[in-house]
Amino acid sequence: MSNNLKSIDSASVEMIEKARQDKVEIVWDRWEAQQPQCGFGELGICCKICLQGPCRINPFGEPKHGICGATADTIVARNLLRSVTGGTATHVDHAYEAVEILGLAVEGKVPYGIKDIGKLNAVASKLGLETENRTPQELAEKIVKIAFGDFGNSSGNPMRWLTATAPAERLEVWKNLGILPRNPDREIRAALHQSTMGVDADPVNLLLATAKLGLVDGYAGLHLGTDIQDIVFGTPQPVKTEANLGVLKPNCVNIVVHGHIPFFSEKMVEWTEKLEEEARLAGAEGIQLAGMCCTGNEVLMRQGIPSAGNYLNQELAIITGAVDALVVDVQCIMPSLARIAACYHTKVITTMPIAKMPGAEHVEFTPHEADACAQKIVRKAIEAYQSRDRSRVRIPDYKAEVWGGFSVEAIVGALKSVNPEDPLQPLVENIKNGNILGAVGVVGCNNVKTTQDYNTVELVKALLKENVLVVATGCAAHGLGKAGLLNPEGTKKYAGEGLKAVLTAVGNAAGLNDPLPPVLHMGSCVDNSRIEDLLAALAGYLGVAMKDLPVAASAPELHHEKALSIGTWAVALGVLTHVGLVPPVLGSPLMTRLLTSDLEQLVGGKFYVETDPVKAAAGIAEHIRQKRRVLGI
Amino acid sequence: MRRIMINFEKCLGCHSCELACAVVHSDNQNLLGALMEKKIPMSRVVVGRSGTTNYPLQCRHCSDARCIKACLAGALYRDPKTLTVQQYVQKCVGCWMCIMACPFGLIAENTNGKTAGKCDLCTDRDIPACVNACLTGALVFEETANYNKQKRLDYLIEFPKKEEVSANE
Repeated sequence: MSNNLKSIDSASVEMIEKARQDKVEIVWDRWEAQQPQCGFGELGICCKICLQGPCRINPFGEPKHGICGATADTIVARNLLRSVTGGTATHVDHAYEAVEILGLAVEGKVPYGIKDIGKLNAVASKLGLETENRTPQELAEKIVKIAFGDFGNSSGNPMRWLTATAPAERLEVWKNLGILPRNPDREIRAALHQSTMGVDADPVNLLLATAKLGLVDGYAGLHLGTDIQDIVFGTPQPVKTEANLGVLKPNCVNIVVHGHIPFFSEKMVEWTEKLEEEARLAGAEGIQLAGMCCTGNEVLMRQGIPSAGNYLNQELAIITGAVDALVVDVQCIMPSLARIAACYHTKVITTMPIAKMPGAEHVEFTPHEADACAQKIVRKAIEAYQSRDRSRVRIPDYKAEVWGGFSVEAIVGALKSVNPEDPLQPLVENIKNGNILGAVGVVGCNNVKTTQDYNTVELVKALLKENVLVVATGCAAHGLGKAGLLNPEGTKKYAGEGLKAVLTAVGNAAGLNDPLPPVLHMGSCVDNSRIEDLLAALAGYLGVAMKDLPVAASAPELHHEKALSIGTWAVALGVLTHVGLVPPVLGSPLMTRLLTSDLEQLVGGKFYVETDPVKAAAGIAEHIRQKRRVLGI
Repeated sequence: MRRIMINFEKCLGCHSCELACAVVHSDNQNLLGALMEKKIPMSRVVVGRSGTTNYPLQCRHCSDARCIKACLAGALYRDPKTLTVQQYVQKCVGCWMCIMACPFGLIAENTNGKTAGKCDLCTDRDIPACVNACLTGALVFEETANYNKQKRLDYLIEFPKKEEVSANE
C-alpha cells in the first residue's frame, strides 16, 4: 500500500517513510500482516463466550446455530452488548476516579482543588442542591455524595445524575422502554450476566439492554466525567494553539502525554513549567509538552497545550526521534510503543495501575503523590534528552493553528457578544433562516482500515459546503485540527456562504477580527457530554424534542468499543448517528435492520452506515433537510 | 500445472477459505455486499474434520474425472488450457449425476437449487481466493512437482533422526 493511502496527513506520510527507512514495524505493517482478517469476526457471528465454542455461523450455508443453539441474531446481539459494555466501563471508571479525586480534594488529602465555582454552582443546581449560604467545599462534598450515591444505589430508581441532566422528554421515552439505568456498576454487571452463555437469547431484549448501557455511558461516564473535571480544572474557554508533529521542538525536551486522564496530564502541565530551568541546565532550550488523543484534548482545551496528533500518530511521534518521553495513562495506547521506543532513545512511561506494558518504565501515578510522580517523570524526560541521537531526529515541518476550548459555556459566551440578553437567539435565528442548515457532531477515532483522517476531513468539508455547523471531539478533532479546519482560515476556505456569514458576524462581535473556526473543538471523547448540553439547550429554546432537531452525529473513523457505546447513547438521544466503518453486526440481518431502521421508531435515532464520506455527508444533509421540513423551517 | 495443495497439519479450521470462496463467486465481490444479494453465493470449499485433523477440501480436478463421464448433459468438461474440470452452467440440468459420481463428495447443489456447483480453481485469478484467504499456509497453489519435492526434502531431514531412534531402541 502506498503511503498516501495510509494517511492524508503529510507529517504522518513523512514519518511512515522514515519508519520504513529505520526498519521499524508500525501499525500499517501489522495491518498488512493481518490480512485477510476473519470474515466471521467481521460479521459478528463468532461466539467465544463459552468453552464449548468458538462457534461460527455460516452466512452462506450450514451451520446456522451455535452449539448451545444460539442463532446469528443472538450471537451478534450478545457480542454488541458486550462491546458497548466494554466502552461504557471505560468512561464510568474514568468518571468514578474523577469523583474520588474531588472527594479527596475537598478533604484536603490530594493536591487538587476547586477551580471553577461557577460550574460547581451549575452542577449543584442541576442536582437540585441549595447553593445559597454554602461554601464551595460543602457543595462539592454534597455533589460527591450524590455521585457516589448513584454507584451505591440499591433502589430500583434511576440514576440521579441522569435524571438531573437529560431532558424530560427523553426520560419519558426511556422509562416507557424500561431502559432507565439505576446504578452504573449494577448495569455493567447485569449486562455481562445477560449476555453470557444461556441467559438472554432475544435479540430485541439484548438491544434494549445495549441502549441502556449507552445511557450509563452518557450519564455515569461522559456527563459525570466532564462535570467533575470542569469543577476541578475549570471549564474550557477559547484558546489558540497548534496541532501536528511539527509542534515538537528540536532543541527542547519533548514530552508527549497520551491517553485520557486529565488528573494526570494537568499535573504534567504544571511540572513541565516548574522544572523548565532544570531542562535548561541539561542543555535544552526548555520543555515542550504536547498532547495526544484525549488527554491531549483535555490539556488543549483548558491549557492550550499543542496537539501532537491523534491515535495513528502515536507510534510516529517516536519515529521522529525527538520525543524524550511518551507518557501514557489509559485507553487507546498501542502495546507496540515500548517495542518501537527500544529502537530510539525515547522513554515510554506507563502511569496507571491497570495499564502497564512490557518494556516500558512504570511510574505509578496516584492522586496523593501526584506532584512527586509528575516531577519524577519530567526529570526522566530531561535525562533521556541528554542521550538523544541527533542524527536520527527528523521532525516533520507540518503544523496548523488550532482554536479550541469551545465548551457550551464558551460558545454561549461568544454568542452573548451578539445578543447579551438572549445568547441562543442569533444561533437559532440563523438556523431558522437557513444560513445554518443544521449541526453535526463529528467524533471518534482513527482506524487503520481507512486512510488516516480522510473520512473525517472529507465528510466535514462536504458538510461545511452545505452550511452545516460542525462541532468535534476526540481524535476526529485532532484530525480536523491538523487539516486546518479548526481556525478562521478554515472558515474562509471551506464554509458555505451562509455559515461563513454567521461565523464572521459572531467572530467580529466577540472582537476577534476573524471568523470563528468552521469546526468548534468541544474537547475529549468524554466531552461529548457537552454536545448533548448544546442540543438540549437548542431543543429547549425551540420547544421541540431533541430528536426533531436538524442535527446528526458522525464517527467517520471509529475503532474503539467506546465509540460504539457513545454512538449508542447518541442514538438513544434520538440523533441519527453515522458510522464510517461497518460495525460487526452484518452477520445478523435482523440486528442490522433494528440498528439502522427500526430503532428510529423506538427512540427517534438510528445508525447510518456509509463508508464513503462524501456520500455520507450527502445522506446526513438530506436527513437534516427532512428534519427542517418537519419543523416547517 | 498448478493445483491447490493442502498442508493438513497447518489447518486451524477457521473456515476463512469458505467465506472467501463464496465472496469470489458473488456479484459484489466483497463479503458485506455478498451477504445482501438475493441469492447468497455458494462456497465451493468445505473444511471437514477427521480425528484431530482438519481437511479443507475442494474439487481435486481429477485427471480421470468420473464426474465428466457421468454428466449426461455434457455440462462438465476438461478445459484444454488449464486441464481443470469446468462446467457450462447453461448446460447443467440439475440431474445430480456428478454429485453421485464424485468419490469425495466435493460437488454439491448450487445455492440456486437448479444446477450443480463446484470449484473452478479461480482460473480467472492469479491465485484461487481460498488460497489467498488462508492465513496459515494450509492451502497453497503450486506445481504438484514442487509439492512432492518439498515433501521429500522434509522427509529426508527427519530421516536421520528416525534412524537414530531405531538404532537406540
